[in-house]
Amino acid sequence: MHFLNELKEGLIISYRAVKANKMRSVLTTLGIVIGIVSVTLMSTAIEGVNRAFDRSAAAFGTDVLYVQRFPWVGNEDWALIRNRRRIEAEYATRIERQSMLSDYVAPVAATRRRVYRGNESVEDAFVSGTTHQYMNAAGTTLADGRFFTAEEGNGGRPVAAIGATIAETLFPNEDPIGKVIRVAGHPYTVIGVFEKQGGMFGVFTSDTRVFIPLLSFESHFGGRRRDVTIQVRVADVKQMEDAKLELEGIMRKIRHISPGKPNDFSINQQELLTQTFEPISLVIASIGFFITGLSLFVGGIGIMNIMFASVTERTREIGIRKAIGARKRTILMQFLIEASALCLLGGFIGLMIAFPLSLIVDQVLPTAMPVSVVFISILISLTVGLVSGFLPAYRAAKMDPVEALRYE
Amino acid sequence: MNVIELKDIVKLYDMGGAEEVHALQGITMSIAKNEYVAIMGPSGSGKSTLMNVIGCLDTPTSGIYQFNGVNVSEMDDNQLAEVRNREIGFVFQTFNLLPRSDALHNVELPLIYGGVPSAERKKRALETLDHVGLGDRVHHKPNELSGGQRQRVAVARALVTRPSIILADEPTGNLDSKTGEEIMMLFEELHRQGNTIILVTHEADIAEHAHRAVRLRDGKIETDEPVRKRRLQAAGSAS
Repeated sequence: MHFLNELKEGLIISYRAVKANKMRSVLTTLGIVIGIVSVTLMSTAIEGVNRAFDRSAAAFGTDVLYVQRFPWVGNEDWALIRNRRRIEAEYATRIERQSMLSDYVAPVAATRRRVYRGNESVEDAFVSGTTHQYMNAAGTTLADGRFFTAEEGNGGRPVAAIGATIAETLFPNEDPIGKVIRVAGHPYTVIGVFEKQGGMFGVFTSDTRVFIPLLSFESHFGGRRRDVTIQVRVADVKQMEDAKLELEGIMRKIRHISPGKPNDFSINQQELLTQTFEPISLVIASIGFFITGLSLFVGGIGIMNIMFASVTERTREIGIRKAIGARKRTILMQFLIEASALCLLGGFIGLMIAFPLSLIVDQVLPTAMPVSVVFISILISLTVGLVSGFLPAYRAAKMDPVEALRYE
Repeated sequence: MNVIELKDIVKLYDMGGAEEVHALQGITMSIAKNEYVAIMGPSGSGKSTLMNVIGCLDTPTSGIYQFNGVNVSEMDDNQLAEVRNREIGFVFQTFNLLPRSDALHNVELPLIYGGVPSAERKKRALETLDHVGLGDRVHHKPNELSGGQRQRVAVARALVTRPSIILADEPTGNLDSKTGEEIMMLFEELHRQGNTIILVTHEADIAEHAHRAVRLRDGKIETDEPVRKRRLQAAGSAS
C-alpha cells in the first residue's frame, strides 16, 4: 500500500515534470528513440533475411543430397577441380539400383532459355530436364495440376510443369493448365504449376523454373554435353551421414576412382548453405546491435545529464519533500521513475516511428516486426532509464534537507 | 509531559581546517504541550540552527533531544524523516509549496508519505483546507493564490497530519502587515484549539503573539520569559 502510494506519487510527479518541459523531454529522449528504432528495424530485417533464407533453403529439402560436379561452398583449389568429368544422367538409374538408404533418385539437367507465350515472355528462365521421379526427390510441391508421369517422361512428351513466377508472367489472367508455352521456340503444354516459394536468391527457388521431360530436353537442347545434377532423397533424415557415405561409395565405383585418389565429384546438401549463412546473419546482427548499443549509450548519457539538471533545478522541491517526511528511498524512487518514464516515452516514440518503417522494409523483404521486439524495446528503455537515472536520483536522495531548503 | 526537552544541545559547524563555528553552545529548555513559544534573536544568534534541530532537519553535535520522551538525537535519516512526517508541521517564510501541484495535492503530500489511504487522505486534506478558510480554493495552484492564501495552504499542510508541534519560521516575513496579522490570528486560533506552536522570528511585534519568548544570542539562551500582553485589543478580539 505504502509502496503503491509512493509509486503513484512518483508517476504523477514525472508526468508533471515531462509536461512542464515537453520540448526538453522529447529532445532528451532522442538517443533512446534512435536506439529503439534501430533495434526494431534491425530485428525486423534479420527476421526478413532469415525467413527468406529458410524459404530458399527449404526448397532444397533437408533430406535431399545433390550429386554434382562442383561443391556449393568450400575452399577447394579451383585449378584442381575444374577439369572434373561431367555427371551423367544415366548415373541416376545405377544409384537407384544400388542405394539402400535412399528412396528416390532424379537426374536434373538445366539450361537458361527464353520462355514465352504471345507477347509475354521470361528471359533466362531455368529450363530443367528431369524424370517423373523429380517430384519425389525434391522438396517442392505443386499448387495446381500435376507433374509428368513415367510414360510422358520416358516418351519425351512436350509437357511442362512451371514455376509460380513464370505462370504469373505468362498467364496474368488465365489458368495456365492445358495452355501451350514456347521454350526457346519449342511448344510445350503446361500440365502443372508449382507453389510460390519466394526466397531471396532466384536460383534457389522453383519460381522461375520450367520442368520438362529429360528426353525432350536432350533432343531440344542437346543433353549430351550438359552437366547434370542428381538429386537423391534419403529415406530417413536421421541417416543422412550414412546415406552420404553410401552415395560416395556408389559414385566412386561408377566413376572408377581407385582407392586413395580424391573424389572427382561433390555431394551437396542444404546444411552446407545453412552453415555458410549463419555467420552472415551473425554479422548483420552484430552490426545492428553495435549501432543500437551505441545510440542507447549516448541516449542514456543524455538522460543522465538531463536528470542531473532536473535534480539541481528542483533542489528546493527535494528539500520541501524531505522536510515534510519523504525518506531517501522515496526521493530515489521518484527520480528513478522520472528517468524511466522519459526512457519509456522515447521507447514508445521509437516504436511508433519503427512500425511504419518496418512496413516499408516489408515491401523489399517480406517480413514482420516480431512481437517480442516490442517487449524487448520496452524492457531496454526501462533498463536504460534505471541505469542512467540512478546517479542523479542518488544525489537527490542524499541531499541534506537544511541545505536543500536554503537553495535559491 | 513536555513535548520537547533539550539538554545541553551543542551544534558545531566544521568550516574546514581548524576553524569551527559554535552555532549552539549548550541549549537547555523544554516546551510543554499547548505552549505558544517564540524563539527570537538577531541573525547569527543560532535561532535557525535551533529550529533545524527542533524540527529534526538536523541533529545536534552533542546533547540530548527528547521528543515526546523519545531520544531523537541519535536517530538515522529515515527515522528522522518519519518523525518530521508524523510529529512536526512546518510553516516557512517562503511558503515552500510545490509549484506544479494544486492546493489539495500540496496538503495531501505529507499523508502520502505517511502511507494514508487515498480516500481518507483526500477527506482529511479537504477538511483541513476548509479549516484554514480555503475550502473554495482547493484546485488552485500556488501561482493562482495570493500570498496570504499560499501561507494558509502551507498551514493546512502542516496541520493535516495532526502533528505534536507546529514549527513556523518567519511565517509573516513575505507578507504585508495586514495579511501577516491575519495569519497570526490563525495561529492564535490553532493554539486555542490545543496545538503546540513554536514561532521563529526576529520581529518583536510578531513574537508578541506568543505566550513565551526565548531570546538567543551567540548560540546561548539570553532570556526565557512569558510575553507581556501589551496589545490587549488583539488578544481580546482573538478570544
